[in-house]
Amino acid sequence: MSTVGIPRSLFYYYYSNIWKDFLDYLKIPYVISPKTNQDILNRGMKISNDEMCLSLKNYLGHIDYLKDKCDFILVPRISNFKKDNQTCTNFWAAYDIVKNLFDINVLHYNINLEKGKTLKKGLYKIGKQLNKKHHAIKKAYKYAIIKEKKRIKQNHIINLNKLKVAKTKILIVSHPYNLYDEMLGKDIIKYLIKNNIEIIYTDKFNPKITNNLSKKNFKDLYFKYSKDNLGAIAYCEDKIDGIIFLSSFPCAPDSLANEIAMRKIKKPYLNLVIDDSSSFTGLETRLESFLDMLGGPIND
Amino acid sequence: MTKIAFPHMGDYYIPANFLLSHIFKNTEVIKAPKITSKTIELGTKYSPEFICTPFKYTLGTMIECLEKNADILIQMGGGCRYGYYAPLQEEILKNLGYKCKVLNLVSEGEPNLKRINKLLKKIDPKYSKIKALYYSFITFKMVKYMDIIDNYIRENIGFEIEKGSFENLKNQMLVTFSHIKNYRELKRTYKRYLNKFHKIKVHKPDNRLKIGIIGELYTIMEPFSNYYLEKQLAQYHIEIKRFTNVHYLLFEKAKKYKKYQKYSKDYFTYNMGADAADNIARCKYLCENGYDGIIHIKSSFCTPEIGAMPIINKIASTYQKPVLFFSFDSATSETGIKTRLEAFYDMLEMRKEK
Repeated sequence: MSTVGIPRSLFYYYYSNIWKDFLDYLKIPYVISPKTNQDILNRGMKISNDEMCLSLKNYLGHIDYLKDKCDFILVPRISNFKKDNQTCTNFWAAYDIVKNLFDINVLHYNINLEKGKTLKKGLYKIGKQLNKKHHAIKKAYKYAIIKEKKRIKQNHIINLNKLKVAKTKILIVSHPYNLYDEMLGKDIIKYLIKNNIEIIYTDKFNPKITNNLSKKNFKDLYFKYSKDNLGAIAYCEDKIDGIIFLSSFPCAPDSLANEIAMRKIKKPYLNLVIDDSSSFTGLETRLESFLDMLGGPIND
Repeated sequence: MTKIAFPHMGDYYIPANFLLSHIFKNTEVIKAPKITSKTIELGTKYSPEFICTPFKYTLGTMIECLEKNADILIQMGGGCRYGYYAPLQEEILKNLGYKCKVLNLVSEGEPNLKRINKLLKKIDPKYSKIKALYYSFITFKMVKYMDIIDNYIRENIGFEIEKGSFENLKNQMLVTFSHIKNYRELKRTYKRYLNKFHKIKVHKPDNRLKIGIIGELYTIMEPFSNYYLEKQLAQYHIEIKRFTNVHYLLFEKAKKYKKYQKYSKDYFTYNMGADAADNIARCKYLCENGYDGIIHIKSSFCTPEIGAMPIINKIASTYQKPVLFFSFDSATSETGIKTRLEAFYDMLEMRKEK
């Protein structure tokens, strides 16, 4: 039986639950790469081009770790979610870059809603490539999607309830693949929780509400994930105490979208850019002074 | 009277100026000052941290135009983050205290006639649509003719016997193009100048070096932003092939994409944003058609091209052709580029002798 490798980076933070449920139901064994460590990041830096963004370098590192531990590696390609809902061009190119840099079997699907290529079609394609029967795939897909919908609804409710808490609230504007990554953003979350601060995540709002609200700050936005971020800012700007912008070094959409948001918001904000050589001590000093400024519990 | 201005890109300010000044009778079109090192300094000062270099150039030119009292600035959009330029630049200029509007004519890489009509009405509500169509037809023809002549110059300028003859004639041609009134006149002058260009004496040896230039569109088309790379190559007596020009971007890109995809399906399956996929196919074309080397240029932090670079590297190593990568920033030193070009040229010569 062939095993599927799932790199714990980039797409993992959007689709991991669906993939896991889907593969579990079909009884296909899979390997997930470990949480990012210095070794994986170094591997990525060695392979990749030196101007690539840190998140993509990290992704390539994960694939390099997985390449001789499984038969297939799952690398999707995401282009757009309908008109005016593009993704970053690195998401477009990820599949081709991986295929050219590594000599491995790639399991892939394409999401391009403008041309009718949906997640459903993509997962069906994967199931067929792994020699599963049509009705089994259909059941597995239904199982995965229903579970995912429940999970997303729960997340929305949790995030909205957080807005009502009496503690100091900080909105972190970032892409999930930077924020939840062990090497890139996890330390920041840990530090904030240690200092008794309620964190609100931009990716856990209902996109149907936030995407429309994003027009308030930025009219011609057409990157889907930037829409999520800026919409969340517009949604809860008057309910929070401060905003932290977190982006990886040369992030293309963030360099423009975050800059516009910073010029329009009226709340105090902190702009953190993670580099491949940045240490947490440097970030810690900046976070500490930011919390001082907000008058958080660190003052007492 | 409202005053319109637009940022520079190569010699294309002549057709753009022609079009705008003919459509809007009651407005004045301001010719932006030529890009100098002061422009890029101004642009860098007010730009965000890790933005690509075209943003800095266009922002610098916009500030210089606003100092000449322009009211409306025109910007184009594209498939990558290029489409975000206009709103952010408007915001930056507002914060600097200028009163202006930035209009983004193309959004998401596809020109939409309804949208353009809406925007043009903002400049002059009473503009005539038929006139606009007629003059844009002439403009597109002018762009096409300029591109054809530029391609001819690029192939021959390295081998001219009398130095500067191509450049002088081209400057003459641009001056006559800027005074043209109708299509017949344009076609006649184009034919006259094409004849003149063909008559310029060149000495082309059989074993000449041939180089293809590929890369990001703004850097490749604006000679100041690539530190006059083509001129420097011409000094080494090299024949230059370049694919990207405005005519290609406007009319050929959509048609040629499928062809390119079929041609280089071993290397990419999906569109990679902006010109990345095109450049991969061109790289394969150059390798297969007897070119001696490839130069890939881009502005720093251009995301689509960064994605294409590992694939271009792979193609070049399978065909055993040398590639030179340039990444231009506002702080790039000209001497550094010269040294690298010289070394590249020496290497090509040595390979040829073998």
